[in-house]
Amino acid sequence: MTKASVADAPVVARKTPGRLAARQSLIPGSTPRTFWIYLVPGLALLTLIIVVPLIWNIYLTFTDYRGIKPPEWVGLENWVKLAGDTTFWTSFSNSIAMIVAMVVVPTLLGLILAAMLFDLIGKKFGGKIASFLRATYYLPQILPGVVAAIVIGWILRPQNGALNQVLEGVGLGGLARNWLGNPDTALPSIMVIMIWVQLGYPIVIFMAALQRVDPELYEAAELDGANWIQRFRAITVSIIRPEIFVVTLTCTIAALKVFGPIYTLTGGGPGTSTIVPAYYAYSEFFQSQQVGYGATIATALTIVIAIVSVVFLMAQTRLERQEEER
Amino acid sequence: MSTTILDEAAQAPIAAVREPRKRRSSTTRKTLGDWMILVVAILIGLLIAVPFFLILINSFKSPADYNAAGPLTLPTDLYFDGMINFWQRVDFPEKLWNSFFISSVVAILAVLVSLLNAFALGIGRVRGRTWIVLLILLANMLPQEVLLYPLYFMFKSVGLYDNQWAVIIIFVVIQSAFGTYLLASVLGTFPKEILEAASLDGANKWTMLWRVVYPITKPTLSVLVIFFFIWTWNEFLIPLTFLVSNASQTVPVSIAVLQGDRLMDVTTTSASALLGLLPTLIFFLIFQRTLTRGITAGAVK
Repeated sequence: MTKASVADAPVVARKTPGRLAARQSLIPGSTPRTFWIYLVPGLALLTLIIVVPLIWNIYLTFTDYRGIKPPEWVGLENWVKLAGDTTFWTSFSNSIAMIVAMVVVPTLLGLILAAMLFDLIGKKFGGKIASFLRATYYLPQILPGVVAAIVIGWILRPQNGALNQVLEGVGLGGLARNWLGNPDTALPSIMVIMIWVQLGYPIVIFMAALQRVDPELYEAAELDGANWIQRFRAITVSIIRPEIFVVTLTCTIAALKVFGPIYTLTGGGPGTSTIVPAYYAYSEFFQSQQVGYGATIATALTIVIAIVSVVFLMAQTRLERQEEER
Repeated sequence: MSTTILDEAAQAPIAAVREPRKRRSSTTRKTLGDWMILVVAILIGLLIAVPFFLILINSFKSPADYNAAGPLTLPTDLYFDGMINFWQRVDFPEKLWNSFFISSVVAILAVLVSLLNAFALGIGRVRGRTWIVLLILLANMLPQEVLLYPLYFMFKSVGLYDNQWAVIIIFVVIQSAFGTYLLASVLGTFPKEILEAASLDGANKWTMLWRVVYPITKPTLSVLVIFFFIWTWNEFLIPLTFLVSNASQTVPVSIAVLQGDRLMDVTTTSASALLGLLPTLIFFLIFQRTLTRGITAGAVK
């Protein structure tokens, strides 16, 4: 860039704010191109650890590979098999249940609880109670998955499990059952567990975001006679929207590739009632030694996750641009 | 309630003067509804905490006591053998140090990589940044089991297999993907005026990164350090695969390995759960306040 164009830039930018401003770096006089050097370490590591394995994995989807003899090229055979594999489709419909349990419920409930803690409990009963409750809600997030599996085992086990004992204690012994061993209750049980695990994450992020909200806005709205729900929708949700995006996207990715809880609690069973794509891929990789087919499942899952992420990020960028132009 | 609104509206011109008093009165004036919401919030908290109570009471129970009364009762007398047993069998201090070392190195390096990436993406506004963020997020999107075979061969060929640095490098990449995404969004709204002022003072990009951007985003960076530390601490599949020798294992892996041991009694398991949970709990309690200051506190308006 020449000196003249640098000097001109602000004027041009003022004329058509959205687009041209986006082409400038935030530091006057530095073109975006000169920032590439800062991406070098990150992108080099990324290539080594993620991109190379990903490409290798895509190659494996066109092969028959048992992990011992070298991979043998079979063309689209794995992909054809995948399209007709009912276990694979079951695993994806279970993913939808995981999205409900790990994204929809925690985000909605998290929004309400965060606003409640911040706006109501924090202000009327003091910040100490609010932050104590927040820490409690966050507890499951800091629990190592292995440890969580041990405790949940105690609670849900059929013989002298805590839940069944409680049910018998209050005279509802008829409801006691083998929660994770029964195809009808296994998936709902896992869903409840995932809500328990996930809830704290949106609450902590949303409460942090709420600190950005100018308290005077609330007071002004209150003076105008807006009730709590109106204030929540008009002020809270619109101001913390960036965080809602971050939480929804990261939780959706986590829900699509959920693995640990299934691995430790049910192994996808009974039957295929709790199988998820990541666990199915794992069992093909390491239990059936069908590495080529496992790679195909994993690649299909990655494609789905990538599409969801692209759609999300596009929507986010568009909203940010609209905001800038306003 | 309606009368107070009218009251305040009537006195609007002097509202600014009355401000402090009004605030105090709203902290003391609690309606029945407020109390009910508090009770609901506490009940939810108790429900969430139930499994933690269970870990606590069963860690100090003797196996005989557990077999007789089940997991729900309080221990008849305090029993520490489970804890001592687990501590000695897995050489807990060693596992604690391994986990601590891996998690802290990952947390710091991953935040550094995130900051460099986000500086180029958020402040530098490199062309095609949405696509670069997306490419970086691949690290987050990829199911981890995809990485196991290729990385096993790669690390084996360079002699890093069964070395903690292999796990550290993998998690630096995975965690910094989230960090880059979040920080790039935050830095995208960085106040231009501050950067303009600094550039008038003749600061170059490197100085600006460390003298201007770093101090202002520090609250967000510390939240990331906490998240990365806890997330890495709790990771299971990759440490299990890449740290095969007993001496390099992490806390969760050692618990899982003992779990598979049929001779383990329930109370030793419970004690292992308690010891496995305590380090992250203590870490979280120490840094709670940082978390409050917030993820976006860096974005000064």
